[in-house]
Amino acid sequence: MYDKEKLEKIKQDNRNYEADWEKGVEKLAAKGKKGERKDKFVTGSGASVNQLYTPLDIDIDYRSEIGFPGQYPFTRGVQPNMYRGRFWTMRQYAGFSSAEESNARYKYLLEQGQTGLSVAFDLPTQIGYDSDHPMSEGEVGKVGVAIDSLADMEILFNGIPLDKVSTSMTINAPASVLLAFYIAVGEKQGVTPDKLNGTIQNDILKEYSARGTYIFPPTPSMRLITDIFDFCTRNVPNWNTISISGYHIREAGSTASQEVAFTLADGIAYVNAAIIAGLDVDTFAGRLSFFFNAHNDLLEEVAKFRAARRIWAKLMKERFKAKSERSMMLRFHTQTGGSTLTAQQPDNNIVRVAIQTLAAVLGGTQSLHTNSKDEALALPAEDSVRIALRTQQIVAYESGVTETVDPLAGSYYVEALTKRIEDEAWAYINKIDELGGAVKAIEQGYIQKEIQDAAYEYQKEVEAGKRVVVGMNKFQIKEKPPQGLLRVDPSMGFLQAKKVAEMKSKRDGNMVQAILDELRSAAKGNDNMMPIMLKAAKAYCTEGEICDVLREVFGEYTPIQVL
Amino acid sequence: MMTERKIRVLVAKPGLDGHDRGAKIIARAFRDAGFEVIYTGLRQTPEQIVAVSIQEDVDVVAISLLSGAHGTLMPKVVKLLREKGADDKLIIGGGVIPDDDIPALKEAGVAEIFTPGTPTSVPIEFIKANVRQ
Repeated sequence: MYDKEKLEKIKQDNRNYEADWEKGVEKLAAKGKKGERKDKFVTGSGASVNQLYTPLDIDIDYRSEIGFPGQYPFTRGVQPNMYRGRFWTMRQYAGFSSAEESNARYKYLLEQGQTGLSVAFDLPTQIGYDSDHPMSEGEVGKVGVAIDSLADMEILFNGIPLDKVSTSMTINAPASVLLAFYIAVGEKQGVTPDKLNGTIQNDILKEYSARGTYIFPPTPSMRLITDIFDFCTRNVPNWNTISISGYHIREAGSTASQEVAFTLADGIAYVNAAIIAGLDVDTFAGRLSFFFNAHNDLLEEVAKFRAARRIWAKLMKERFKAKSERSMMLRFHTQTGGSTLTAQQPDNNIVRVAIQTLAAVLGGTQSLHTNSKDEALALPAEDSVRIALRTQQIVAYESGVTETVDPLAGSYYVEALTKRIEDEAWAYINKIDELGGAVKAIEQGYIQKEIQDAAYEYQKEVEAGKRVVVGMNKFQIKEKPPQGLLRVDPSMGFLQAKKVAEMKSKRDGNMVQAILDELRSAAKGNDNMMPIMLKAAKAYCTEGEICDVLREVFGEYTPIQVL
Repeated sequence: MMTERKIRVLVAKPGLDGHDRGAKIIARAFRDAGFEVIYTGLRQTPEQIVAVSIQEDVDVVAISLLSGAHGTLMPKVVKLLREKGADDKLIIGGGVIPDDDIPALKEAGVAEIFTPGTPTSVPIEFIKANVRQ
């Protein structure tokens, strides 16, 4: 980025600076003192950090590697004016207990100025069991809302016009079922599928490697996903058909570079699967979206987002020969890092979330969920959710970082970090290519092992006091147990099981059976399964009934144990 | 001279919870502490956990749960172990478990609950002090 003569001078100055510093350190050593707080300086992910970064550290071509926002390789952002046009979507992930209670929380959040919805489903819904299934015992309504059929979904969105909000749904293995429920609710409200906006997570690969809510083996799972790509391209054109997620990979303990690498490797696998299924890359790639974590190391996180955009753009252009710029843009949602929150002195989490919010915004996120201070203890109470949302609003309206595009670009450190994360991620992507792609790498336990090693290393550093977590391993105080935690009504499981049984008794049983039979044949064949899913949804087939048919045809995934 | 039998621990994930970072870290830490460790993997029913713990003749059943289902699933494991006459095993739990829920779990027969931020050395020492071999 600099001319050779100037660089040569900077090199000399830098040598002098280092020599002076060394002399200073020697003098201190002679007095038995140390010049620095610790022996080794590292990022949140454990990568070593130099004392100083200068133009010597960013020997890259501005036009091809950094460029302009809204232009290839999108290092500086996907829109030309970023937050000068509009802020990111403030989208709090929420859902608990019954559809009625969650509906009330959504309306509260919208009243508080939230701009998009994000649905958290309970574990039985995420794994395709109805609330009355034995495996659902104790889990109904606990980590999200319980949805058994279209009947629950109608209550969940009661009074929320689906043509006015965008809705993100964290649903993976049974994503097509919940998408069908959503489309059906829209139709009941008089909103046609082409007017729907939102996202389904629909990312099964990270379920195998990090999150754990898989149902079916990889091959039929990939088919369900590509069926959704194809169906939505033609019928629900504004829908983000997948949210390829590094969030959970990071939560499971990966480093920042691994988060980027394993997420983009999953992305490669989905694009490959869709191309093999006969789709043209530019028809679906523009609807792919991503989901990343934001941890505490502010500058490393900013660099991570910038590196991810650059790599994806290059992959789409060079490997997949995408023609449309839209296909090359990595658009992403961010959630602040749940695993960075402490149960000790929970108010401190507000500050952590504020730093992480800055990281996401300085990294150019398209939407953001901020965690609440009490999430290391329980589901968030209404007050703490409001503070979390206010944190985003303060960064948006008061911090000033939104007034220009990609304000940290050109920082010697941030550009050097961006390049380093890019290089490390490429090394992993190449390794995964050698193993035969993300599916094979997961089946061999490679990705899981890499994540677990990083997680264990981090834990050991915290326990050895090499990493300080304020309030947890340093600056502790005696605390009273926290008050006012949210509790899900214990009778919820029983009530929801009763509700689904009543709903079933009111249906046309013969029609339900006929549709489930039709679904079974569709699963055995090769046609797109979405139309029959929609038919099943409208006939009030339950999620469990639909998934049971698919379990019967597809089988269930058996994970490899890596320890 | 008798060789001392290693402490055998089953690290168990009951219910539908997929968060196993903690379970896997604790399993590795137990192994590094010299215990023999068996990890059940995800989504085990209380019945499956009890069957494995008897079959593997473990001394300790360490249950990890972050989904909020602890109030149902942990006592169920204890109850089933008792029914099988295997209640000499030390049962401990860990995860996102509110303080208010801990007395009831202890009442049900869980010896100790370890909450977020606990160093791995704490359950290790607890096991060494309380295991019945």
